Amino acid sequence: MTAVTTATLTVNGTDRAFEGDPRRSLLDFLRLDLQLTGTKKGCDHGQCGACTVLVDGRRINSCLSLAIMHDGQQITTIEGIGTPEAPSALQSAFVCHDGFQCGYCTPGQIVSATAMVAELEWGWASDAGHDVADAPLFTEEEIRERMSGNLCRCGAYPNIVAAIRSTMDDPA
Amino acid sequence: MFGMYNKPDTDNFLDTTAQGLIGAPLDRPEGKLKVTGTACYAAEYVLPDCVEGAFVLAPISAGTVKWIDRASIAGMPGVLGVFADDAMLRRAAQGTAGKAPAQGVQTVDYFGQPVALVVAETFEQAVAAANALQIEYAATDPVQLDFDPEAETTPVVDAREDSAVDQGDLDQAMRDAIHSVDVTYRTEAHAAAAMEPHAAMAEWNDDHLTLRGSYQMIGHNVAELADSLGISEKNVRILAPYVGGGFGSKLGISYEAVAAAIAARELARPVRVVLSRQQVFRAVMRRSETRQHIRLAADAEGRLTGIGHEALTSNLPDEDFAEPVTQATDFLYRGEHRRLAVKRAKIARTPAGSVRAPGEAVGMQALEAAMDELAERVGLDPVELRLRNIPERHPSSGTPYSSRMLAQALEEGARSFGWDRRKPQPCARREGDWWIGMGMASAARVNMMMPAKARVTLTPQGGLVVESDQTDIGTGSYAILGQIAGETLGIPIDHVSVRLGDSALPTGAGSGGSFGAISTGSAVLSASRAIRKTLASRLGCRTDELVLRDGHAAGGNRSASIADLVGEEALVETGRIKPGKTAMQYTQASYGAFFAEVAVNVWTGETRVRRMTGAFGFGRVLNAKTARSQCLGGMVWCIGSALTEELAFDRRDGHLANPDLAEYHVPVHRDVPDLDVILLEERDPAASPLQAKGVGELGICGGAGAICNAIYNACGVRVRSFPMTLDKIIEHLPDPLAN
Repeated sequence: MTAVTTATLTVNGTDRAFEGDPRRSLLDFLRLDLQLTGTKKGCDHGQCGACTVLVDGRRINSCLSLAIMHDGQQITTIEGIGTPEAPSALQSAFVCHDGFQCGYCTPGQIVSATAMVAELEWGWASDAGHDVADAPLFTEEEIRERMSGNLCRCGAYPNIVAAIRSTMDDPA
Repeated sequence: MFGMYNKPDTDNFLDTTAQGLIGAPLDRPEGKLKVTGTACYAAEYVLPDCVEGAFVLAPISAGTVKWIDRASIAGMPGVLGVFADDAMLRRAAQGTAGKAPAQGVQTVDYFGQPVALVVAETFEQAVAAANALQIEYAATDPVQLDFDPEAETTPVVDAREDSAVDQGDLDQAMRDAIHSVDVTYRTEAHAAAAMEPHAAMAEWNDDHLTLRGSYQMIGHNVAELADSLGISEKNVRILAPYVGGGFGSKLGISYEAVAAAIAARELARPVRVVLSRQQVFRAVMRRSETRQHIRLAADAEGRLTGIGHEALTSNLPDEDFAEPVTQATDFLYRGEHRRLAVKRAKIARTPAGSVRAPGEAVGMQALEAAMDELAERVGLDPVELRLRNIPERHPSSGTPYSSRMLAQALEEGARSFGWDRRKPQPCARREGDWWIGMGMASAARVNMMMPAKARVTLTPQGGLVVESDQTDIGTGSYAILGQIAGETLGIPIDHVSVRLGDSALPTGAGSGGSFGAISTGSAVLSASRAIRKTLASRLGCRTDELVLRDGHAAGGNRSASIADLVGEEALVETGRIKPGKTAMQYTQASYGAFFAEVAVNVWTGETRVRRMTGAFGFGRVLNAKTARSQCLGGMVWCIGSALTEELAFDRRDGHLANPDLAEYHVPVHRDVPDLDVILLEERDPAASPLQAKGVGELGICGGAGAICNAIYNACGVRVRSFPMTLDKIIEHLPDPLAN
């Protein structure tokens, strides 16, 4: 396979050219080509959520997507959420609530939670709701259900939920 | 200072200091890096000209590699080489091995063993070529191999460790007992499944190898890597400042490090090798499955007269490690007639080794479920049964216990959880489609110290630098080591920096067996106290008069800023500690108690943990935030071990049928309710000069038993096989429509 393909992705607000092997996943493009290693590879099969990024504001597993599929799209990675000098409220809450231990699943948890809060606000239904027609409540059960695609083997789940809850405007 | 730890340190020095850091729930100093994705893990370094390696795993369970057809991938783009060197590892080193494990990948010992590394310019090229590489194998006749540890033909040997106890006459005690339990429990094999896959980046500079890797015990890993490559330890440096979880799976040097080093030397370019998730499952140490025969003999009041715990575990034929299943049974409860034994079945499966709390993790859950069965027979509250069976001295050796908070944990935990609301009869509480029940279990995990060194530097500016090759695998080493030094020397925490995970630094204990904090922490304390002594002498007061706080020193009616006392040259001390007589003279363990409430679906048998409380005593708490997190994590593992985690090996050919995170079910967010953790204040002078004990594994030691007991209390189904999946419950459920 020698085909070379090109695409332009806007990553954290900056246009970045992709040129290369069409088999390159969005995850490997971020990690290997752009050296944005905050997005983690935990399974490369969409099973763990460590590679979660936002594409046009919605969360996806970047390991299940090829770089060339995202021509013209806006990609937001953990580096685009905040920095050590200027962390987002959620990132600070993760530190304060100890919502991580080894830290490897953490960027994925935070990116995922950032989008999850928006999904709740948009009124998207989940299995934790009582009726799909009702607006979802900002309950811990909703958070747990909606975050279940992000595995944490250290078992920081209760602290992650507490961190997310602490940043939500309208906790139930 | 310290050296061999021969005498309990009852000075409780850290209770006399003034900075207020010890025990404080401080944020992790590396936290901002982790939450912003700027902490650099093993595979994430930018090395010029770095190329990528991908492993090929054996598709047979035993035999030899007859021929590797290198030509089969020679024309593929980017391919740089195929490596199947005699020095490449056939399995990872066991924890603390300090030397090379089995080498030579032309021999195959289990299905999924790495047999070759393909290196190419890019990751995609390497993976494609590894998939395409043709290898001819000579497989051993399957009828000569055993894949089932319980098959009659499986060879079984006694565990190498000297853990067997045969005391009194247990058979007679069972015959004489007023109440007894004689049951067999089973647990399935577990995967550590750390979120960061095993990874290594190797770079040579002349004869010197720098390896960025994901390992838990750098000191040992340097020796293992050097021995594997046949080079001097002086020529090996390992860097592991951030490790994305280990849980035992990264204790020893592993396939990727040695293969990357060999390929990098040959190609004269840096090589990165990361195991795929499936490769991690197939090739990385598993926790053995166990079969546990438990016998409990008791008098009319429920006092144990005898206790038997005989376990079958498994491993590869020539791997000595056997899950030390009876480790806590040895000291936890009374009973003069005792029989403890661990046997190892020799089978051809993924090698077995240490996974978080080897021994207690599966031994305690079975013992504690059997204790629940005894409580019912005696007609005694399960908490009371345990309280009645706390021995005065070690029931075999007679050695005294060091500090032990078991009774307090049982009582505090019960009170906080609301245990008095439990109905002793099963099927007494139903809410809609769910049976609700409560169960409890004791927690226990041996306490160990390991040799450790650490260097502390007090700078002319009054800042502190703490250095050790100790790793932080999520455990909180960065936090607590800085707190110990800052507390001892009266330096605010924002003037303390901690450097870890570099083999060029003094050798710490490493992360394993819950010994990292107390061992390396004691070395940091030792170095810091040596500096303290210098400060006292420079101020002109006795050490015991010296008060250090917020960068100021006072004592003997004198005072000065610490920076002034340091002067122009930094004060540097290296502290050391080694286990000594206190390890032999006291039975040392961390203790606790678990309380769980579950809901079991009346139709399907699905179990949900609704709430769970853990009360734990592990000596001095060094950081209440990170310690609590360790306990939380352990309790999450209890939920997985109780309900979902199971490596499924095919008993016909030994292959792992569920080698990924979609099929091996670790708990997810929605499996875990809010967990309540109670930290009991304690000082254990025999355990360490910090009066602290290990906490990293305690939270997993017994909690699955509490869930088992809660399931029984909920629906009357006693499951003696972990994980307690729906299929094991549904056929025994009471009629959901009966009144």
